[in-house]
Amino acid sequence: MNKFGFQISRPRSINMDLSDDGRREQLLEEVPSYRLCIGCGGCTATCSAGQFTNFNIRRSHTALACNQTEGLAAQLDSCMLCGKCMLVCPRGVNLRGLIIRMRQMLGRV
Amino acid sequence: MFSFFVIPFCLGVVLLLGISVWKYIRWIRGFDKRQQVIIRRNIWSWRFLPAIWEAFREGLLHWRITKHHLLLGYMHRSLAFGWFLLIVVGAVQAILACPGGHPFYVAIFFNFFEPRSERIVHFAQAPFYANLMDALLIYVLSGLCLAAFKRVWSRPLGMRQTTHHNLIDRIAKLSLWCIFPLRLLAEGATAAIYGNGGFLVTGVGALMAAMGLDNEIFEYHLWVLYSLALGTFFTLMPFTRYMHIFTEIFLIYFRQLGLRETVRKDGYTLFELSACSRCGICIDGCPIHDPLGIHDTQGVYMLQNIRNKDVWKQAERIADNCLVCGRCSTECPVQIDLEGIRRQVRAKGKEAIDKSQSYGYLKSVHPFNAMGRIGYFGGCMSHLTPSITESMERIFRAAGQDYWYMDKERTICCGRPLLQQGFVRQAEELRRRNSELIAQSGVTMLVTSCPICYQSFTKEYHLAIPVMHHSEYIAQLLKEGRLQVTPSEQRIAYHDPCELGRGCGIYEAPRTVLQAVGELQHTRQEREQSLCCGINLGDTVISGTQQAQVRDRAYENLVEGQPDTIATACPMCKKALARGGDTPVRDIAELVAEKMK
Ligand code: SF4
Ligand code: SF4
Ligand code: SF4
Ligand code: SF4
Repeated sequence: MNKFGFQISRPRSINMDLSDDGRREQLLEEVPSYRLCIGCGGCTATCSAGQFTNFNIRRSHTALACNQTEGLAAQLDSCMLCGKCMLVCPRGVNLRGLIIRMRQMLGRV
Repeated sequence: MFSFFVIPFCLGVVLLLGISVWKYIRWIRGFDKRQQVIIRRNIWSWRFLPAIWEAFREGLLHWRITKHHLLLGYMHRSLAFGWFLLIVVGAVQAILACPGGHPFYVAIFFNFFEPRSERIVHFAQAPFYANLMDALLIYVLSGLCLAAFKRVWSRPLGMRQTTHHNLIDRIAKLSLWCIFPLRLLAEGATAAIYGNGGFLVTGVGALMAAMGLDNEIFEYHLWVLYSLALGTFFTLMPFTRYMHIFTEIFLIYFRQLGLRETVRKDGYTLFELSACSRCGICIDGCPIHDPLGIHDTQGVYMLQNIRNKDVWKQAERIADNCLVCGRCSTECPVQIDLEGIRRQVRAKGKEAIDKSQSYGYLKSVHPFNAMGRIGYFGGCMSHLTPSITESMERIFRAAGQDYWYMDKERTICCGRPLLQQGFVRQAEELRRRNSELIAQSGVTMLVTSCPICYQSFTKEYHLAIPVMHHSEYIAQLLKEGRLQVTPSEQRIAYHDPCELGRGCGIYEAPRTVLQAVGELQHTRQEREQSLCCGINLGDTVISGTQQAQVRDRAYENLVEGQPDTIATACPMCKKALARGGDTPVRDIAELVAEKMK
């Protein structure tokens, strides 16, 4: 496969029946700065783990906020908690806190 | 030689001894298996000698506190050493005065029994001892006055904030504070009636008589109160912060034997928890205490929360909210491993999600043969500051050094950010992979640009090759003459990164390098006292805005002397400080690369 330095997400559809705002609310309560996310994808572009795998941090946090948790826990396990995403985020989202809380939330299920 | 009033004191002593011995035995049995092996291996060695000296220096003279602040040191010393001397001199006095032997409490209540018992004889130096005891009592009382004064106004004792104590601590303190004034009054009353005692108590007795107090009536009551205060204090001691008086001695000895915190809370942790005197020295320096108003995470409060088992859940949350900047553990006079304990608490909350097989994908990184070269590990953060890594590459080339840039393309994290958050197994997995890659490459030395990686490689990895931070490496190149730079007039203020300075004790190397390229300025808070840049990876609770507030403090401190450039030796500090204002922020590698001949 050619390496272009970026990946294109496969087309996805949102199933409104599965959507549950509760998750998002809980996430916002634990990490208030997540409210500031504009979905720019800066975090994904710089991600250390994303250089090795198809782990996509922006997709992961967006998915959890929409309550789409399938396969998410394993995805998040590949994060090395290096903090690059947090330094790059233009909105100052506390991404490492977010990742840990997401993993804890998924671990509780 | 007996009177009923000694009963509370004796009871207190028995309870104190019983409970502490029971506690200590339980804690020692709770030691980790490996710790027990270390103890058994080292117990019959000379190590108790330095331990005795350190226990004397720290437990009684409070040397480290004195270095922190002179008057505060005096306060602690006068209470500890003064009381200790009162007991020792009192015991000597009793031995000399009672050739026929005496019950142990006579040493404590000597002035009461002296005129009443015919078994106490008058010996030649008796007046000298009486006066000496009075002088010591003044010494202790002066400390007590300072301690009371500190509660009202702590600034003159070098502390902006004092610890908030819980109820039982406050009761114990009250009883402690009552002991010495009561002793003074009781001995004064006896002196007024029987004319014994030294210059101080005689004076106090005369004063009491002059004020019209009937010493005959009060004397016995005062001795009862004195004994009660002692008894209360001793009984409460094992359950309060005052247990630190004994525990610190044990802790110093264990540390000399080679024991350290392990990944899990064990008996050794219990000793550390109890050795904290709740002096509160760890509060003032904390960069998130004042600017962010976070008042529950500093060493003293974290330990308090852990001791208070029922708020363990809360302790986890509290433990997460800390920059791990190391300021508190550097200042702690008991040198408690606050970071190690914090990590244990954090790990407890991560146990369920800390998997050991998370990074299978790293198998795709193939080993590289770099036999005989030196390895350069930029680190994740340096990838965000390419000017640092480029400068380092230029420096390597200028010095004619053959190097291999290990993580040029893709970087594997060193594992410390995970470890700091309590992901012990995951961090180990990353360390294992990096170690394999380094060993297989055959490099002879490792140079890194990131202080976090540096601390990780030197403390957590067990590499067979030397590791250097680039500041050390550049300093060495300059010293050996392999690199020449043109000095300049620019005024430079240096920011000590937490992980490099307090974390690894590297303060000199970056300064030597900077002196070669410009004029290094002093800042008000530098070296051990340097302020965290705010982005430090230790904290996963505070937001970006809060990080900026922490950074502002550090930035203000640096620009006070209006430098032309702010220099630092950490990619993350550089990123953080650069957002703080208009003064350019450069890494020392950049400054050197610019000025290379
Ligand atoms: S970089 Fe920040 S704002 Fe952009 S998607 Fe990631 S979290 Fe959201
Ligand atoms: S902390 Fe995790 S998600 Fe963020 S850049 Fe590093 S590996 Fe990627
Ligand atoms: S942790 Fe250290 S500095 Fe802080 S209160 Fe305890 S003994 Fe004092
Ligand atoms: S490590 Fe730093 S941020 Fe954490 S409690 Fe200590 S001084 Fe405060």
